[in-house]
Amino acid sequence: MAVLERVEVAAPPRPRRRDRIRWSEALWGYALIAPTGLGLLVFYLWPVLQTAYLSFTETGPFGGPATWTGLNNYRELFSDGEFGRATLNTILYTVLGLLGVPIAVVFAALLSRPGLRGVAVYRTIFFLPVVTTPVAIAMIWRWVYNGDFGILNYLLSLVGIEGPHWVADSRTALIALVIVGIWTGLGYNLVIFIAGVKGIPRQYYEAAEIDGAGPIQQFFRITVPLLSPTIFFVSVVSVIGSLQLFDLVYVIAGGSNTASRANPAFDSMETIVYLFYAQAFQQNDKGYGAAIAMMLLVLIVGLTAVQFRMQKRWVTYD
Amino acid sequence: MTKKIHFFLVIGALGMIAPFVWQVLTSLKTLEHTARVPPTIVPDWRWANYSRVFELIPFGQQFVNTVLMTAARTIGQVLLCSLAAYAFARLRFPGRTFLFGLFLSVLMVPPQLFIIPQYQIIADLGWLNSLPALIVPGLFSAFGTFLLRQFFLGLPVELDEAARLDGANPLRIWWSVMVPLARPGMVALGILTTIWSWNDFFWPLVVNNDPEKMTLSAGLASMQGQFLTDYPVLMAGSLLASLPVIVVFVLMQRQFVEGIALTGTK
Repeated sequence: MAVLERVEVAAPPRPRRRDRIRWSEALWGYALIAPTGLGLLVFYLWPVLQTAYLSFTETGPFGGPATWTGLNNYRELFSDGEFGRATLNTILYTVLGLLGVPIAVVFAALLSRPGLRGVAVYRTIFFLPVVTTPVAIAMIWRWVYNGDFGILNYLLSLVGIEGPHWVADSRTALIALVIVGIWTGLGYNLVIFIAGVKGIPRQYYEAAEIDGAGPIQQFFRITVPLLSPTIFFVSVVSVIGSLQLFDLVYVIAGGSNTASRANPAFDSMETIVYLFYAQAFQQNDKGYGAAIAMMLLVLIVGLTAVQFRMQKRWVTYD
Repeated sequence: MTKKIHFFLVIGALGMIAPFVWQVLTSLKTLEHTARVPPTIVPDWRWANYSRVFELIPFGQQFVNTVLMTAARTIGQVLLCSLAAYAFARLRFPGRTFLFGLFLSVLMVPPQLFIIPQYQIIADLGWLNSLPALIVPGLFSAFGTFLLRQFFLGLPVELDEAARLDGANPLRIWWSVMVPLARPGMVALGILTTIWSWNDFFWPLVVNNDPEKMTLSAGLASMQGQFLTDYPVLMAGSLLASLPVIVVFVLMQRQFVEGIALTGTK
């Protein structure tokens, strides 16, 4: 997922003279890519087409062959208030989640100061949430956010703030999810940004220093512009990831469908993928679920395209 | 200046680590203790919370399922991807560019688009609630092929050309020349796959709903469904479930971080 727009499909090495295809080499080539190639075909490529087809069909309640219903599922989707709400929640979560990018850039810049001690320790700590099971993370935060006995509200009360019931209050539930999302992804973005900052020649900073630029000026005039291709990459990946939010919602909203709907803030947390799961695997309405998945694809392609269009305005390639 | 930097970094690090500390402390408290206002920091060392996890869900069985799934996916992916990556990086055959593009197209599609048919395939094979259901689709990876191909492209061509002149066939070259040289890349892919597999949630949740056949992440989620408010036990369970992968990460940190960096740089 993380690599899409870096991809340049390499042209085959141009032979000096037009030599004939060496069939033994070609056969080896096909044989070596066959296991993964067939696996991807059966389990990934063909299913995508099937999902596209499924989204125009309906299956009876007891299985049986799918019948073609044309645009019915899509028509239903657009008049389904729940889908509209889930889409809005997902987009809101995605946009707010982008705040994680500047936070990671700042920390990466701090961690890249030459001669700074303890970098490995900081990096490990920041990275811990990336490798922790998302279900566990969601549970930990649910407990931290607990309205009555949660540590967060206790800490807030120390400075005289009466905290909300975070994930059980429709006004704060989505923000609470965004905070966990940013917290979880920070370490991953940090590692990529540190690699990016290391690629910036030191001389630029030295020259800036001689010209009397302070650290903040250096950050905005050198680090951010020269890092902009990496920032662009991380933003694209982060948007694609955010649009697929599921684990956090599943656990924080309460697990199985019936339990989660008991959460008064469920409506403001339900995301597209959660709705997809509920429709396709709990209600067993595969056609409708497929249509939801197709809409998710449209959204991902759309938002990624918008980002690519806007990159001309702020990304500098040298 | 350095002092100021450390000040910010320490604040950040505290924010990152505090929820985990709170998790550990909670996991050692009695249920009544967690309902105290204001909360107290020091736990009452109730280790029984950890054994409760084993009573509430078949933790041992789910642990074994998760280990088997993770190990099979990791070994399978590293081997299969490196074969394909080697072919794409070094062998010439008609349609290579097109096929590689086809591989990459998988990367651009959100997983939700193949999950329903994948589920159908698994169901048709009669594999629901089985180990193969957890493993098989995870053996094939476009990402892994791409990552390793990048790695192979960076290796000197002379080495495998020499082996070719010596008459070694491609399989032989792959095994005796490429695999040893590409170890750092393969280890990085292996660690990434291990961690992603261990933490995978959606697919295991969908295909296996028998508690005995579940993985830990799904098992944990089901535990929360039944014991919504027993936070000490939930915290103990989630610590037990995430600990193995945290240990792997701490031990193999450098390779893991390199692997991540590899995905994000040109």
